[in-house]
Amino acid sequence: MDMPVPSPEILSRRGQILAALQAVLPSDAVISDQVELRAYECDALSAYRCAPLAAILPRSTAEVAAALRVCHAAGVPVVPRGAGTSLAGGALPTADSVILGVARMNAVLEVSYPDRFIRVQSGRTNLSVSGAVEEAGFFYAPDPSSQLACAIAGNVAMNSGGAHCLKYGVTTNNLLGVTMVQMDGTVVEVGGPWMDAPGLDLLGVICGSEGQLGVVTEATLRILPKPEGALPVLIGFEASEVAGACVSDIIKAGVLPVAIEFMDGPCIKACEAFAKAGYPDCEALLIVEVEGAEAEIRHQLALITEIARRHNPCALREAADADQAKRIWLGRKSAFGAMGQINDYMCLDGTIPVSSLPLVLRRIGELSRHYGLDVANVFHAGDGNMHPLILYNANQPGQQALCEAFGADILRLCVEVGGCLTGEHGVGIEKRDLMEVQYAAADLEAQMQVKDVFDPGWLLNPAKVFPLHVTAGRREGGASMAGHRAG
Amino acid sequence: MNVMRPGTEVELSELIRAASGPVAVRGGGTRGRMAPAAVLATGGLAGIRLYEPGALTMVAGAGTAVEEIEAALAVEGQRLAFEVPDLRRLLGRQGASTLGGVVAENASGPRRVSVGACRDFCLGLRFVDGTGRVIRNGGRVMKNVTGYDLVKLLAGSRGQLGIITEVALKVLPRPEGEATLCLPGLSDTQAIAALSAALGSPYEVTGAAHLPGQGSYLRIEGFADSVRYRLRRLQDLLAPFGVVEEVPSPWAAIRDVMALADLPGDLWRLHLVPSEAAEVVARIGARAVVYDWGGALAWLRVAPGTDVRSLAGAYRGHARCLIGDAPEAPEAPALAALTAGLRHQFDPKGIFA
Repeated sequence: MDMPVPSPEILSRRGQILAALQAVLPSDAVISDQVELRAYECDALSAYRCAPLAAILPRSTAEVAAALRVCHAAGVPVVPRGAGTSLAGGALPTADSVILGVARMNAVLEVSYPDRFIRVQSGRTNLSVSGAVEEAGFFYAPDPSSQLACAIAGNVAMNSGGAHCLKYGVTTNNLLGVTMVQMDGTVVEVGGPWMDAPGLDLLGVICGSEGQLGVVTEATLRILPKPEGALPVLIGFEASEVAGACVSDIIKAGVLPVAIEFMDGPCIKACEAFAKAGYPDCEALLIVEVEGAEAEIRHQLALITEIARRHNPCALREAADADQAKRIWLGRKSAFGAMGQINDYMCLDGTIPVSSLPLVLRRIGELSRHYGLDVANVFHAGDGNMHPLILYNANQPGQQALCEAFGADILRLCVEVGGCLTGEHGVGIEKRDLMEVQYAAADLEAQMQVKDVFDPGWLLNPAKVFPLHVTAGRREGGASMAGHRAG
Repeated sequence: MNVMRPGTEVELSELIRAASGPVAVRGGGTRGRMAPAAVLATGGLAGIRLYEPGALTMVAGAGTAVEEIEAALAVEGQRLAFEVPDLRRLLGRQGASTLGGVVAENASGPRRVSVGACRDFCLGLRFVDGTGRVIRNGGRVMKNVTGYDLVKLLAGSRGQLGIITEVALKVLPRPEGEATLCLPGLSDTQAIAALSAALGSPYEVTGAAHLPGQGSYLRIEGFADSVRYRLRRLQDLLAPFGVVEEVPSPWAAIRDVMALADLPGDLWRLHLVPSEAAEVVARIGARAVVYDWGGALAWLRVAPGTDVRSLAGAYRGHARCLIGDAPEAPEAPALAALTAGLRHQFDPKGIFA
């Protein structure tokens, strides 16, 4: 993935820019030391690295606004950063950009149980939002795998999902309002603890805009009462296609599980070797979780196992209690770690219509043989959000490029069958150059016109989401405007 | 009045390219405000184009009648979970509601409190903007974060940015059973406290409304045994509020706000936080009220010309007049600037009335 060439003109003004930031922020909020800056050179897409010009760690909306005014006046690109867990390079800086990290802004500002919302600063981690309300019997539903570390700011930027969004939806379905600072320092309140916007649904377009429209400093989130209980069932099959057909039948039967997770043979073997969860030796495995009161759980599990039996499963295990449930989830939850033990891997995130699952799995197998790279599949089957993991050796010259080409072919396949490039990780830099596969020029132009309104100078996270050749004019226009301001 | 009836998206695009004066988009004419302008009817852009029950997905033209969509879903035991309100009697309208109109108004019924709004069930759409461009956004899959979410921006935009031509919807299974509990005789404040207690319980309430003078209602849906179980648990939980009895389903009437139909006066719709709702409504002094969404929504009939916004005082939420002369509330300056900027981008000729 290419990144824009850093502006020598901005680099030459580094001293002035740092001084201007130090003038409006507390001294410990501006990081300029080259060693310390290395902590901000990448996110979880760690194959790509670049130290920023500086990093700033404000503590309030007012400090964010003051710092953005400085960067705006100086024409410096700003890359917002939550906890740096993006798998798509959403927080990857350029050498001429300032990283704006919200990690120090993590307070709970307000909780109302009768109105079922919580308002937090955006640097708060996903899991600690649930942590703040769990004693009262509530939780925050979106649960990305990185929920222990990832920040609400990043969740809002990427419209993050998780294993349980089949029932509860993703971030955009659970976000009620934000306080956001625009690139020019304007603070805007969008939405609030009530439902639905009076005018245009700006919140809907801000969520998932990958930090390109503004820096979200506070968020009002919907909280839900915790279910009485939840239990999974594990179902093994001799073929992936059969597992796919079983998923479709479960959904069609009117059961709506909270999660349907899928793992294929290579993934099952790796997880078993790593976590020893006691998984059966088979070609495809489903973990289906249902929620509710004891009787309700039993009833739903009975329906699901009845449907599964019609597909001749080679293994079928209902969890009898919380311990067995934990064991069933153990392998799935350690899937990424297990794959990381045996290889370098690239994790994809395309989504497909559930009905295309068998076809797509077969074609991925064919592509795997064509490229000579192994692939393991683990994904949220209920909503068609696939996570093929392509295994490669990063130390072997040419393998990363080969792996990226394989990945691009899989994503093209997802689009071809009526799906999309990314279901929950975001475009970032990773899928940026494939956007023209999914969208026509007019579709992309319409999206960029939204950014033109929020950030006319294209200074916020400018090298992401859209192919660089498509945004070149806008980014250069912003830079020349900035040069004019600085001059 | 001039009525344009494009039969295809291409024809629509050509009409918009040629248009110079104000254009008012009309689906079935059953819910939006009617602007004095040349009418652009979407009835020609109709038809269900894809329905995959196993993937919970339907794609249909914007001019498709909601009735046709609901009938097709019923055959497969599915439904539009956000519960489309039929406001014809309330607003004194004729016609057949269309998918495009429902999405453009982000129209959601009582189940919005638990499953989300219409916009939460829109997976993708196509629209023609004010320059005649055809734009596609989103798709037909459940999870999609590829690029900006213009689907949400268009949902509820009331035709200000473009004319929706096609929508991909997420649909849900119709549950096996349904039951309703009624708590009679509660004050507005007590009623909303009871609804909040129920919505804060794990018993998955999918409707929570209060009709002053009639009763406070809670809906439970799901597998038959589960409905019976949760009904009993809710009765226990709500015992401190007095009598809790099972009643026949009142939800169609609540969805369509029938309690306020055929009454004189202005009609308002307030979005509130439940804990403030009863006080705000008391300050306004309405003739008749229907609370839905656990108190997060209040429909009001007031004397003609009542200045609802100034009577309401400071509160969290917003208010809109549906029958009466009160204009839309002004937005905060920073929001208004963004709205104006977006309207200029998608409708530079300013033709969408």
